[in-house]
Amino acid sequence: MLTITNLHTAVDGKPILKGLSLALNPGEIHAIMGPNGAGKSTLAYTLGGRPGYEVTDGSVDFDGTDLLALEPHARAAAGLFIGFQYPIEIPGVSNVQFLREALNAQRKARGEDALSGGDFLKRARAQADALGLSMDMMKRPVNVGFSGGEKKRNEMVQMGILDPRLAILDETDSGLDIDALRVIGHGINTIMRQPDKAVLLITHYQRLLDYVRPDFVHVLAGGRIVRTGGPELALELEREGYAQVAA
Amino acid sequence: MTALPTKSEEAWRYSDLDSLARVWPVPAAEIIEVPAGESATRVIVQRAAGDAVVVRDYRIMLRRGARAALFVLNAGGKLGRIAIDVTLAEGAHFELGGAIVGGSEQTLEIVTSVSHTEPHATSNQTVRSVLAGHATGNFLGKVAVARDAQKTDAVQSVKAMLLARTATANAKPELEIFADDVKCAHGATVGELDKAALFYLASRGLPPAQAKALMLQAFVAGAFVALDDADERAAIEAQALEALEGLL
Repeated sequence: MLTITNLHTAVDGKPILKGLSLALNPGEIHAIMGPNGAGKSTLAYTLGGRPGYEVTDGSVDFDGTDLLALEPHARAAAGLFIGFQYPIEIPGVSNVQFLREALNAQRKARGEDALSGGDFLKRARAQADALGLSMDMMKRPVNVGFSGGEKKRNEMVQMGILDPRLAILDETDSGLDIDALRVIGHGINTIMRQPDKAVLLITHYQRLLDYVRPDFVHVLAGGRIVRTGGPELALELEREGYAQVAA
Repeated sequence: MTALPTKSEEAWRYSDLDSLARVWPVPAAEIIEVPAGESATRVIVQRAAGDAVVVRDYRIMLRRGARAALFVLNAGGKLGRIAIDVTLAEGAHFELGGAIVGGSEQTLEIVTSVSHTEPHATSNQTVRSVLAGHATGNFLGKVAVARDAQKTDAVQSVKAMLLARTATANAKPELEIFADDVKCAHGATVGELDKAALFYLASRGLPPAQAKALMLQAFVAGAFVALDDADERAAIEAQALEALEGLL
């Protein structure tokens, strides 16, 4: 589904990703772990197409499409979702209005009919309920006044509503207490654990992986994947530390 | 006949006098007088086409305890100028919500002169401008507080958003205070659209123009929050959105 080959990304002229290769097949959940500064968020932003993240070499194929040639909104319409480590606050723009416009823009790009207001609200309510976010919060301005945990729940509600085929989740577990972690983990499984979907979980810690069991675990260090293994690799990292395992 | 103003006159300093000359002399001010204890609301939408020059003057007199609320969308013409001169008696309130939306070579301005002549009157002015191309958007707001006008509370909040480096926003507050127990606050900012927010919206599937429209719509709506009638508010917001979409 996603094939990253020899990816090099520079930010402000400084190389961050230095030859990263990775392949995800449908039905798989991959975890990428690594120390601070390894390039984890840079990978997420590069795949999302954030301005300022300059790809200097390599390629990314998403189901036969050159992902890097698409603008960010077109990547979303193609089925990609980026879960932000720090979801952005947008004063004055209501969550539901923005999501409805976003969903319908995606549908339009795919040649599908727009969802009616009623159908959209039904879908939004179902996802909000599943993630424990009230409809009142869904009508508020995007992430404004939300706690850290509420912002992360909102990311998952958005993922549920947009229903992507591939999700790149950047430290979705950071800043969450144990209860929220369980809810988020359950959300990821419900929305994305499907034969035709795939997930790339970017995380510092093993604990999210207790709830979302990865098929593969990769260690990212110095801008490239230095080790790949099964779920047991996450436990080894937790025990031994990155310095040991990535060396 | 009055002579054509020059740039040395404060209230015309940033205006487009060449365009003004085409329509000079302009009609006399419309007078709005609100009797004691009563209130009036006016919604003014200026979206003249093309090269039109629109200059409108309002003279508002608020008697004791009266209230006037003006909501302005100034978006049309080569030169669009809305000038408002307000006199407040004791305990009166003046509310202004102004939006300026312009592009190409437009000059759009809102010019206010608010005189607190008696105690306990309040005024609140909120102006939001979105400027693209080579447009110039001006807000000149003068607040005068007379010696007797103790306990005056006057607020100005002016924010402008520039969509291009070639656009210009001028915000010029002017305070003239002769009483000693008053509150006069003003804030002015000029900024650009938040790039991180635009990327966030794009990552959810919104094309750039739609993402910008959504954010600008929210920004401009800040000028109309005090408009109580929900239908009127929706109508002026829809007009503003249409004008905004013309810039993107």
